[in-house]
Amino acid sequence: MWWPEIGRLQRGRSPWHDMQRLQQEMDRLFSGITVPYSQDFPAMNVWISENDALITAEMPGIDPKQIDISVVGDTLKLKGVRTAEELKEAETYHRQERAYGSFARSLKLPFQIESGRVNANYEKGVLKIELPRAEADKPKKIQIKSA
Amino acid sequence: MDIERKDVQAQKTEAPVDAERTRHKRVYLPNVDIVEKKDAIIVFADMPGVDEKSVNITLEKNVLTIGGSVEVEHYKGYDLSFAEYGIGDYERAFTVSEAIDREKIEASVSNGVLKLVLPKTEPMKPKKIEVRAS
Repeated sequence: MWWPEIGRLQRGRSPWHDMQRLQQEMDRLFSGITVPYSQDFPAMNVWISENDALITAEMPGIDPKQIDISVVGDTLKLKGVRTAEELKEAETYHRQERAYGSFARSLKLPFQIESGRVNANYEKGVLKIELPRAEADKPKKIQIKSA
Repeated sequence: MDIERKDVQAQKTEAPVDAERTRHKRVYLPNVDIVEKKDAIIVFADMPGVDEKSVNITLEKNVLTIGGSVEVEHYKGYDLSFAEYGIGDYERAFTVSEAIDREKIEASVSNGVLKLVLPKTEPMKPKKIEVRAS
């Protein structure tokens, strides 16, 4: 009989309240460690060189036909849909951690993109887009004339 | 089930370390869906970067372990200027409570998603245990 005992010491407060509070505290503490990445979908990595950019995005389980990539000026737009598995009768989820639905992201690059030469490929659930820098936007070397 | 999520969200969680690996590589927990059907349990795991050659599945006693290795790519002449996800291997283990027919397990990988079909065995007949008097 030690729950009533603790209850009295805590002036009638339920011991569960304290455990719940502790749980919340732990969740808050660990949330920063376990999810170090942005919550946007798809997660992207951007590689930049002098003359182009390479973007990789993790988007497993998407039909490549459902991916819509467009480029305007210096902005890349990515849209798509991830369709859910349809459950029949008498089928139940034990866990459902993978999310479904539509997504859209846009990303601004530090230079203008040559939209005609953009290349994209989707392999093993990873989308890779090559975005070459527009010719007109490339840095020009300026010669100094001596008098 | 009234689970409905309109916005897709990515979340990659690093696996807790039990025993250290020899290779210095990050290990992530893949997100999974587990569906129970009448005659089978189906596991879907998101493992971008993994194909049918680099996936590794074991079922030992009642512990199902799924793993996959991913090649870390470095692009020559490029600098990684912005990163939202880390690249590493995947590993996750589940305790399977149902009796699984080990001979008929099927696995396939498509577009970075592993699909695992674990067929259930025929329902076992209840067994009565006799108690002998000593």
